[in-house]
Amino acid sequence: MSTTTPSEPVPPAPGSETSRRRPASVFRGGIVRRALIDSVVKLDPRVQLRNPVMFVVELGAAITSVTWIAQAAGGNLLGGNDPAWYTLTIAVWLWLTVVFANLAEAFAEGRGRAQADTLRSMRQHTVATMEDGSTRKADELRRGDRVVVVAGELIPGDGTVIEGIASVDESAITGESAPVIRESGGDRSAVTGGTRVLSDRIVVEITQEPGHSFLDRMISLVEGAERRKTPNEIALNILLAGLTLIFMVVVATLRPFGLFAGTNISDTTLISLLVALIPTTIGALLSAIGIAGMDRLVRRNVLALSGRAVEASGDVDVLLLDKTGTITIGNRLASEFVPMPGVSEAELAEVAQLASLADETPEGRSIVVLAKQYGIREHDLARLHAEFVPFTAQTRMSGVDIDGQRLRKGAGDAVIAMVEAEGGRPPAELRSALDGIASEGGTPLAVARDNQVLGVIHLKDTVKEGMRQRFDQLRAMGIRTIMITGDNRLTAKKIAEEAGVDDFLAEATPEKKLELIREQQAEGRMVAMTGDGTNDAPALAQADVGVAMNTGTQAAREAGNMVDLDSNPTKLIEIVEVGKQLLITRGALTTFSIANDVAKYFAILPAIFISTYATTRGGVGPLHVLDIMNLGSAHSAVISAIVFNAIVIPMLIPISLKGVSYRPVGASALLRRNLLIYGLGGLIAPFIGIKLIDLIVHNLLGA
Amino acid sequence: MTLSGWGTIAAFAVSLTLLALPLGRYMAAVYTGQWTVLEPVMRHPERWLYRLLRVDPHRGQDWRSYARSLILFSLAGWLILYLVLRSQGLWNFTGLNPMRFASAPWNVTFNTASSFVTNTNWQYYSGETTLSYFSQMAGLTVQNFVSAAVGIVVAVALIRGIAKRVTDRDAAEANSIGNFYGDLVRTILYVLLPISTVVGIVLIWQGSIQNFSPYLSFTGVTHLAQRIAMGPVASQEAIKLLGTNGGGFFNTNSAHPFENPTGLSNFVEMLTVLIIPAALVFTYGRMVGNRRQGYAIYTTMMVMFLGAVIVCYVAEAHGSPAQHAAGLHTAAIAGSSGGNMEGKEQRFGIAGSALFNVVTTVTSCGAVNSAIESFTGIGGAVPFANLSASEVIFGGVGSGLYSILLYVLLAVFIGGLMVGRTPEYIGKKIEAREIKLVALGILITPLAALLSTALATASRAGRASIDTAVAHGPQAFSETLYAYLSQANNNGSSFAGYTGYVGHVGNGAGSHGITFADLLGGMTMLFARYAPILFALAVAGTLVSKRVSPAGLGTMRTDNGTFVVLLIGVILLVGALTFFPALLLGPIVQGLTGHLYPGAGR
Repeated sequence: MSTTTPSEPVPPAPGSETSRRRPASVFRGGIVRRALIDSVVKLDPRVQLRNPVMFVVELGAAITSVTWIAQAAGGNLLGGNDPAWYTLTIAVWLWLTVVFANLAEAFAEGRGRAQADTLRSMRQHTVATMEDGSTRKADELRRGDRVVVVAGELIPGDGTVIEGIASVDESAITGESAPVIRESGGDRSAVTGGTRVLSDRIVVEITQEPGHSFLDRMISLVEGAERRKTPNEIALNILLAGLTLIFMVVVATLRPFGLFAGTNISDTTLISLLVALIPTTIGALLSAIGIAGMDRLVRRNVLALSGRAVEASGDVDVLLLDKTGTITIGNRLASEFVPMPGVSEAELAEVAQLASLADETPEGRSIVVLAKQYGIREHDLARLHAEFVPFTAQTRMSGVDIDGQRLRKGAGDAVIAMVEAEGGRPPAELRSALDGIASEGGTPLAVARDNQVLGVIHLKDTVKEGMRQRFDQLRAMGIRTIMITGDNRLTAKKIAEEAGVDDFLAEATPEKKLELIREQQAEGRMVAMTGDGTNDAPALAQADVGVAMNTGTQAAREAGNMVDLDSNPTKLIEIVEVGKQLLITRGALTTFSIANDVAKYFAILPAIFISTYATTRGGVGPLHVLDIMNLGSAHSAVISAIVFNAIVIPMLIPISLKGVSYRPVGASALLRRNLLIYGLGGLIAPFIGIKLIDLIVHNLLGA
Repeated sequence: MTLSGWGTIAAFAVSLTLLALPLGRYMAAVYTGQWTVLEPVMRHPERWLYRLLRVDPHRGQDWRSYARSLILFSLAGWLILYLVLRSQGLWNFTGLNPMRFASAPWNVTFNTASSFVTNTNWQYYSGETTLSYFSQMAGLTVQNFVSAAVGIVVAVALIRGIAKRVTDRDAAEANSIGNFYGDLVRTILYVLLPISTVVGIVLIWQGSIQNFSPYLSFTGVTHLAQRIAMGPVASQEAIKLLGTNGGGFFNTNSAHPFENPTGLSNFVEMLTVLIIPAALVFTYGRMVGNRRQGYAIYTTMMVMFLGAVIVCYVAEAHGSPAQHAAGLHTAAIAGSSGGNMEGKEQRFGIAGSALFNVVTTVTSCGAVNSAIESFTGIGGAVPFANLSASEVIFGGVGSGLYSILLYVLLAVFIGGLMVGRTPEYIGKKIEAREIKLVALGILITPLAALLSTALATASRAGRASIDTAVAHGPQAFSETLYAYLSQANNNGSSFAGYTGYVGHVGNGAGSHGITFADLLGGMTMLFARYAPILFALAVAGTLVSKRVSPAGLGTMRTDNGTFVVLLIGVILLVGALTFFPALLLGPIVQGLTGHLYPGAGR
């Protein structure tokens, strides 16, 4: 397990949105134009065949078109007694239904494509300098090739730094403008093709095959080119196909049933009924929802390497989070001064502050800050004629010499050794103070003036702000959090309680971590984790959702199924939300789509059977009472239903791209809420919508 | 509506629940191989049967093997029944054909054999003029037992598929959903035989007959020679109801005083119909280790059941618009229950008839104690609606549970998406394969009903079954639709009129079957019985060894009120969307008008 903190780029505070890519606006000129063209290009039946629901609509559109052409030419192919304008109107709206569906998909793809274009521009024209001085085109590099990159050059491909250290501008892929350090060995050795070396010279061993770089994958992901249907999408598609099948039988059998009742129903009307009944709304938006889900992750700077992983993230039951850097800030900060007998807290604070004045480490700064609370003003080092004694691995302490006084702070035993060497005698209370702090998970720093030990500074790793709320939120979502730490049990327990996690794994090793994941999975739980080190790789690969930090090693990035470009470990929480939102959006729109059918029945069936079993010639039959919407005319009723069916698709494009709002409130509350909005709403909305359209179609246009 | 009417309905619902709870527990013990009170009595015959069938009841079968056994067993049963019915005259030596009936023609027999093997008990023949006592007993009653048992074992197998927790997926028994013959034998010995014996005795006490006498001849008060049909009625009646078979010994079914003599016997018969379907739901809750799961399904069924009963009772007690127009008194007054008594028996009254009607049409029983076609428009639409809901409101023995479980999985899939997780039920994930099987399993029945109705209404051969002298327009359509809805749902009740056997009087001379209706109906019954069974078993097979995820806060609960509402919504929506157009042209047209369309026809 890696304990290194990804400190650059600085992980944003939880919940911060600073790192999000701005969504490419749907209404940006280029995207709209391209989407409009695509929505027509996609009318190709070979494209539609992938989506059985829309294929049926397209087939219906084709048949009604042919019928109209026959009518217009003076014949009567399948039109029955329909007027030609009616057939034409239906045909046009059926085509529009397919176009709207294509438009939804094209919009979703368009947003990704805009990002892909930017990425693609980085990939071109890179020429690599091989280690032996020869040059080669970047896209011909193979795994194992060694290239030299110097300041100002683009790194030609994904690889591992095997020699040198350099600052690299990765803003092209991460959106983060601050450069990052890449060096050979350790957990910061991975470099990405297309990023720019800003200083120094490094030798990179290429780890990718041509066309399979991180950038290539990123491009195809955001473009949706490699998009394969995810398991859940396949399941939903089967259900939609099943519904389409049964409605085809319902509509096909309605013709003989109608004839038995002396009512001849025209093919145009039957096709309209079929299209109204089959779940066109969800059928049209299904792939857009999937693409948009992926896109939402990209906007959060997360690259999911498969749609399956995005779906799985919605199912996560257990979240493994590293303590250091994820749950805690990672830097130990001064929290308390523990003076020895006969020393006042203020005196200890002053000496501690003086000893830390030149110490620019976060620990040193925090001592100065804490000392301020004792009313001790910051001294000016230069005016004090102080001489700075820096920390070394040998002395294990640092401090200043002022006016012949030696002020030191450092590891307990090092300070004791120094004091004893000076002839002093450390007080008996020192040992218990040092041990007490250590057992609580803190780090004790002893403070001495010459041969006198003044007291101990309690350095503590503090839990990040807002973590407890986040864990509460996760718990409400049904996700347990397990903290992973190398600390001993006691320390781990204390921090776990403070942070509010559900469980912890103390004294963790990579093996123990892997074992924990297997254990959880054997009990049927889905496990998510983040990691960056090479020794995280096995666990990342084993976890159902493994998010690798972009700052991590190449091994880690390849083991996970997502890469977080911000290298922010708490991003997992957002990933889970995106996964859930994806499924919820599918479920909600499916429910809405099916619930819509009731109103469509009440629009179309009374129109078809208005004069069936009428007792007077040309009069209305008993079924006209079912026309509860009181629609203008039979033709207007069918047209209104079809128009509603079509325009509901573009109206729902925003919701399918944005996703249905998700709140972590527990499954039952969520189900009730969505049933109410999309179930009941889906039942009622079309009654209103169809009636309104009928008012226009019948009263204004005279149908 | 009367207080005693509502009282009967309330008492029925309460009695049913109180009886079903302990029976559910008992059946859970039967199917998990635990000790039961009947063990000392049944242990020996059970062992003999296993030896006779040469099966080891402890050897588990995966779903394919289980399904193969089931299909082979049913096929054999079909052949035997067909031969018994066709060879009726050959068995006269047994003395069990006192009226010397000849066999019904091949086409009617095809329909009848298919009907009883599939637990449908659709009857184109009338028992007292067609079948010998031997055929009734050795043919039909045997199938009444085993076809019911087949339905129950499929439900039990599906329960095991859902409930089983497999730790080692490579273990030999990991994919086992039970042993077909073991389940079959235990169902018959421990469940069907004991209960039907008790019910048979109660019916005899109430006045049912049980004899092998020739029919009684007498001269009635109108000085006409009449005959009273006899037979071993009570024994067949008990299993006809308990197994939700519904095929009456007599043509008038449970309206006949020998089948259903009193108000009390009527109450007992209704309980007998629903007891196993209701108890199996509790068995389910116990076997999956969470009784609340059973209670949720029971609530779903009970809510829909009571809804149907209330609509039917209110409509019948109110009477039809035509009766009001004709000035017939429809209010309850001293000495009369009021309402629509046409086609109903005085001894059952309106509540007893409406309740019986709903009980036998929500289940796949199909027994009748009143004439459904004489119900009011709305009251008569209730059995249509019950059939349109694909027999999941309690449903047939076993078939009701396995059918509603398919709906539960569908509801879980849609609802599960809405809470943002891959849908899972009792810890098992519902994925593409399950959804495919569930969708097909659910859609088969409506598909079969609609297609066969279309064939029957669109063809001259199909319309030959309609008696155009009395039925035209919507009534003729209703009869046809009901006939195929009933056969596709393996119900067996009929909306009078539609026939597949013409002129079957006396010794059958001059009568003939209508091949089209007989074959179409027979094949509809076979298809709509065995296809869903295979899909249900396949679902059991795919779920059985699935990894189980523990439930958490993020898991959609399937044992609370929200899920019950979702499940009812899904059942109603699927049923309504599938059958609304067809129902429009039959019962709904009839319910909306008092006009009778004399001679309108086509």
